[in-house]
Amino acid sequence: MKLTGSKILLECLLQEGVDTIFGYPGGTVINIYDDLMDSPVKHILTRHEQAAVHAADGYARATGKVGVAIATSGPGATNTITGIATAYMDSIPMVVITGQVPTPLIGNDAFQEADVIGLTRPITKHNYLVRDIKDLAVTMKKAFYIARTGRPGPVVVDLPKDVQIATAKFEYPETVELRGYKPTYSGNMRMVEKAAKMILSAKKPVLYVGGGASLTDAHGELLELAEMIQAPVTTTLMGMASFPTQHDLSLGMLGMHGTYYANMAVTNSDLLIALGARFDDRVTGKIATFAPHAKIIHVDIDPTSIKKNVRVDLPIVGDLRNVLKKLNNKIAEHKDEIESMHSALKPWHDEISGWRKDQPMTYKSSKVEIKPQFVIEKLRELSNDDAIVTTEVGQHQMWAAQFFNFTQPRTFLSSGGLGTMGYGLPAALGAQAAFPKRQVIDISGDGSFQMNSQELATLVQYRLPVKIVILNNNFLGMVRQWQQLFFDKRYSQTCMELPIDFVKLAEAYGATGLRATKPDEVEDVVRQAFETPGPVIMEFKISREENVMPMVPAGAGINEMLLRTA
Amino acid sequence: MRHTISVLVENEFGVLSRVSGLFSGRGFNIESLSVAPTLDPTISRMTIVTSGDDRILEQINKQLNKLIDTIKIIDFTGEDFIEREMALIKVTADENSRAEILRIADIFRGKIVDVTPKCYTVEVTGSPVKVNAIIDLLRPMGIKELVRSGPVVLGRGPKGWKSG
Repeated sequence: MKLTGSKILLECLLQEGVDTIFGYPGGTVINIYDDLMDSPVKHILTRHEQAAVHAADGYARATGKVGVAIATSGPGATNTITGIATAYMDSIPMVVITGQVPTPLIGNDAFQEADVIGLTRPITKHNYLVRDIKDLAVTMKKAFYIARTGRPGPVVVDLPKDVQIATAKFEYPETVELRGYKPTYSGNMRMVEKAAKMILSAKKPVLYVGGGASLTDAHGELLELAEMIQAPVTTTLMGMASFPTQHDLSLGMLGMHGTYYANMAVTNSDLLIALGARFDDRVTGKIATFAPHAKIIHVDIDPTSIKKNVRVDLPIVGDLRNVLKKLNNKIAEHKDEIESMHSALKPWHDEISGWRKDQPMTYKSSKVEIKPQFVIEKLRELSNDDAIVTTEVGQHQMWAAQFFNFTQPRTFLSSGGLGTMGYGLPAALGAQAAFPKRQVIDISGDGSFQMNSQELATLVQYRLPVKIVILNNNFLGMVRQWQQLFFDKRYSQTCMELPIDFVKLAEAYGATGLRATKPDEVEDVVRQAFETPGPVIMEFKISREENVMPMVPAGAGINEMLLRTA
Repeated sequence: MRHTISVLVENEFGVLSRVSGLFSGRGFNIESLSVAPTLDPTISRMTIVTSGDDRILEQINKQLNKLIDTIKIIDFTGEDFIEREMALIKVTADENSRAEILRIADIFRGKIVDVTPKCYTVEVTGSPVKVNAIIDLLRPMGIKELVRSGPVVLGRGPKGWKSG
């Protein structure tokens, strides 16, 4: 039996096990939307295409499955760009389907035409323009395969309208073979043996964990390694929640707004074991003074990440979970050496405890003003253990990373690489769609929230009970902080002078709005929000010029932190 | 340092912009790039001449490998290889210079492939150094226009890549 292109597309989604997609209709996808009415695939209509892509991203990060978004040609497709770039920078598996003008019109500046393949080439793992209906099913197979394998990433499939209308026999290939794409999963055993040796003879080791741990669900193996060798663990923003924050071996986050003790440990380490991390500039600070005494072992599935920013003594290309399994087995063979390592590490742990005691992650509390860190602590205290936290980008994001404790993997969804304001609300929407029963909390600031606040409508329409926290300081706080510290307090365009009534905004959409203006109101608001069914905005009027501390100034080494605002 | 890399890619729509976009997007230098299909029409072979230190060259190789459409990369750094480039050079040729142009072309085993009363077009093939040399010698006669193909390379010896 022959099927139309639009029907084939939806069949492909079913074959890939896709249950929910996020999108926005338009002229060149109208056929797909018509067939969607008869398909078991659930579609969530966001209020902006960017939000559809972030929602698919949040869905993917929370579940580990490939997120799917759909948009029409031209402006629909260009609106997806920020979402795609966000997913690309954080290696999120995703397939984005865009409509395209009919093939005979491509290149003619047709109505709502944009060169989506050209536009998305540098921000996708790969992209396809399907010009013949016969190629559609195999292209979809390839798209999902590429998106989820190797270092995951977004794949765009651009589908002209005439291809959606054309018919072909539907056959979904069971396997796909790409001669130019063969990711290395296993990790070279000789390298793993060398790594085990280096680890067992280290005196000051640090495990530095990135997003790869979450993408490969390697939290179990990571915990096993850390406990077996008793090595301290620091995570990047992307590695957050892959290792329990409250664990004795946890140093919290490293880098620009990391903990003092994490940065000091890395700086003084003799062996840095980088696991699925890519030495981002926000992590390393000044490269010349980064981990100057350490040998570096770098495990990553993407060879381009290795030796890109820092020298590496032992590279291991492979899937982090696989490599950790092998490494743990190898190390476990050396029982005696593990024992002697534990005692050899004692001075190292003492040194770290010293830094920890010296400069704990803390803040100055207040009885008058609501401190943002206090709000995060209350959220942590009153939320469920398996709550999923999303953030926007800015001060609130760093406070969330610093003061919220994560115990379970895939519970912290944040735009790390691209740093996309407006990510958190739609990502929360996507995570909540995947897990309707779990608590999903978007921690945001007043600036970021307004970048995609229209998604309140989507939450209410689909009864997605996301709890939104707005840490409102009427500032673009992070930029203001930089202006305060490095631009002589010249607050150029960072004061959001029009105060928004976020409670009324929530109510306008049919959601619940709550507000706290004093510290003693915070707990009640959080409790009430968690007890209220449906989406809720909690607005906290926080101390306006609170800074995220400690901080590594741009260009400084990570051991040269500003510990408090002068 | 100058490096020559051959890249075998899927002969597909947009593959050239994937490669050139990678170079421009990451700030890698392209001195020249030539591309044409191989014996296997589904595969194209690109010859890229680039420059950079070892760290940059390593990134170029890895980033090219990362492209889904890249099938194989042959890095000729430190290898023994044959490098050839073609140039077509249109030179002003009057009574005084015709003989000299012919002589120069002959020395470089070039050919005159187009003749008009006022100009000759010289075809020459050789290493980029040789092409530079003939251009320098012809310049005083007045070069009206010239085109260079950019080098193509092949490793020396019996070893070959099957479809390359």
